[in-house]
Amino acid sequence: MSAQPEIRSGEQLDAFRRETRQWLEANCPAEMRQPVVEEDDVCWGGRNVKFKNDAQRAWLERMAARGWTTPEWPKAYGGGGLSKEEAKVLREEMSALRCRLPLTSFGISMLGPALLKYGNETQKREHIPRIVRGEIRWCQGYSEPGAGSDLASLKTRADDKGDHFLINGSKIWTSYGDKADWIFCLVRTNFDGKKHDGISFLLFDMASPGVSTSPIRLISGYSPFTQTFFDNVKVPKENLLGELNKGWTIAKYLLTHERNMIGGMGLGLRVGGKGSLGQLAVTNLGLAGGRLADPVLRADIARFELDAHAFALTMERVQAEAKAGNETGAMSSMLKYFGTELNKRRAELMMSVAGVDGLKFGDGGGEELAPIWLRTKANSIEGGTSEIQLNIISKHVLKLPGA
Amino acid sequence: MSLVLNEDQLMFRDSAKRFAAERAPVAELRRLRDSRDATGFDRAVWKEMAEMGWAGVLIPEEYGGVGFGHVGAGLIAQEIGRNLSATPMLSTAILGVTALLKGGTEAQKQSVLGSVASGDSLLALAVDERSRHAPFNVATRATGSGGKYKLSGRKVLVLDGHVADRLIVSARTSGDVESRDGITLFLVDPKAAGVTITRTNLVDSHNAAVVELRDVAVSAEDVLGGVDKGAALLDAVLDAGRAVLAAELLGVADESFERTLGYLRERDQFGVKIGTFQGLQHRAAHLFCEIELVRSAVLRALQALDAQEPAAAGLICLAKAKASDIGRIATNEAVQMHGGIGMTDEFDIGFFMKRARVAAETFGDAYYHTDRYAQLAGY
Repeated sequence: MSAQPEIRSGEQLDAFRRETRQWLEANCPAEMRQPVVEEDDVCWGGRNVKFKNDAQRAWLERMAARGWTTPEWPKAYGGGGLSKEEAKVLREEMSALRCRLPLTSFGISMLGPALLKYGNETQKREHIPRIVRGEIRWCQGYSEPGAGSDLASLKTRADDKGDHFLINGSKIWTSYGDKADWIFCLVRTNFDGKKHDGISFLLFDMASPGVSTSPIRLISGYSPFTQTFFDNVKVPKENLLGELNKGWTIAKYLLTHERNMIGGMGLGLRVGGKGSLGQLAVTNLGLAGGRLADPVLRADIARFELDAHAFALTMERVQAEAKAGNETGAMSSMLKYFGTELNKRRAELMMSVAGVDGLKFGDGGGEELAPIWLRTKANSIEGGTSEIQLNIISKHVLKLPGA
Repeated sequence: MSLVLNEDQLMFRDSAKRFAAERAPVAELRRLRDSRDATGFDRAVWKEMAEMGWAGVLIPEEYGGVGFGHVGAGLIAQEIGRNLSATPMLSTAILGVTALLKGGTEAQKQSVLGSVASGDSLLALAVDERSRHAPFNVATRATGSGGKYKLSGRKVLVLDGHVADRLIVSARTSGDVESRDGITLFLVDPKAAGVTITRTNLVDSHNAAVVELRDVAVSAEDVLGGVDKGAALLDAVLDAGRAVLAAELLGVADESFERTLGYLRERDQFGVKIGTFQGLQHRAAHLFCEIELVRSAVLRALQALDAQEPAAAGLICLAKAKASDIGRIATNEAVQMHGGIGMTDEFDIGFFMKRARVAAETFGDAYYHTDRYAQLAGY
């Protein structure tokens, strides 16, 4: 990123905290301080955005005007320009007032960091402000029907036609592909030599002629993904991010951000709502002699809670190491692997604690556990499977041969 | 509090690392075992360790120590674990010192702590009576009146009991055998009439003993903490020991894992290094993650002890439960991945598995602390 914001003293941070709280109290509508319950409580922005109510629109507009939808991005591109410390204060104050996130998007969590690092000035000025303001909703074109874990074997082709590329092929597992305005997409621009060295990173409009999507229905009943087809799609040359045939580097950089996001869900997602699993089990199973009435289930819950606690401390430690300037890059695979496996364990135990009540399916209402349980199964597949993470740890952390 | 080490701690760790590897390596434990050494560690080396501040790591400077706290003690313990160093560190510098610091009178502290910090005096904690850890299950009785007591009972797994200059013994002054109330800690002279100490040979070649007490005379001046109020003091003493043992287990796991990775990189079978096999790679990568979790839990528990946080007990359960479990798994995997050579006495890796087993069992294993963790969390 460009110029780092100044590090502020403790007093300046305290002043920032006071100002931030005042501003949030004055500007965050009451409706935006209620817990997120339904899917449309989350605002994804985009050309076709349908705000649930005026409060959701106002909250996005006010936060975007300050760049606080992306607090740490540079001011020059519409970001908040906050230091890490200030951004932490903002998060803490938002959390204290229970403010919802004004905007959730793959532009923020995935593409933005890559654009800031690899984009040219024109690309940054064109795309970043629109991400900050929630005007363009992005989707990710990575996996293909024939390229899952072996992502680098992708075959969607971009042929050089002078002033533009001509795209042909298909992507799969495109999250919200049917709702996205633009796509960041890995394409093959060279079919000779090493497969990693012939990949380029393109940005293009999903409204371009020749782009179509088809929804994929999942075991959970949801259809958050599409298969996305490209039939002679024309993409201007200037939409290439970074250098030709060097897209794999950008792809990996972006995956690190994605993994951190998915791994972090091991902490964020509390299946079934409030409190620890142990406390929920007390309600459902009751106590006998001060211990959960089912001793075998209790042992599994306790082991899970120990691991979840140690994992939370490890996230904290990795962040502290990063802040101290120590190398932590290789840790993202560990966090992704362990965090997602923990999330699955939590959901399995939650189903056991809920018993018959957890089995209801299909009446909707956001209260059902089964769809959530089923959704967690994807955690250890998306963004690189658990097995791929273990391969990465073997090779890059443990330096095992030939991995 | 940040979960990273500061400059002073890093320097302290590096000097401990060099010293343990040079003066108290695995080969030294093997020598002590094979020569059936009567002490079980090298007293001269312990004096040197004391000079480096190990014996006085928890003792404030006013009593002759270096006051480097539990995080400092944990750094030493990790190196002890990596080298399987035979030392009276846990018995004396952690358990004994904590009992005196938290429960001792000024006179008791003055008379004991200085000679402990200098490496001249050894302490041993006599708590457990049963085959599995149950510190409040105390049948040893202290009977008497007017400030005079007679102790009778039998204690097991008394670390360094056969060489200690003072014993710290838990006994029941009132209440039922299983009650937390009514326990009192006493300082006992191991040479007093009625004390019989028998060294126990354990699988890890580290020191332990059985202490039998038959009408051993002690007085009110020998009480540590309050009469009948020993349980809370015992909690503090044992928790310090558990956190430091967790750090030692982390060192054991780290070292046996690194040795195993080395073996996976160099051992050829089927014409390739065995480290190229995914069946082994994934087990190693998973183990790496588990050990990192232990590292976080251990550091956080030690920090919580230093800061005297109310949440320390739960964090210590977490650290001891995870470290016991992963110490066991890491050393078991180490033996398995070394194959046949891992089963030989000539090769060192088996020593790590043996130590992990004993350290895990000491003051509550993974089962004990998982149960305690759940109870502290209200289920």
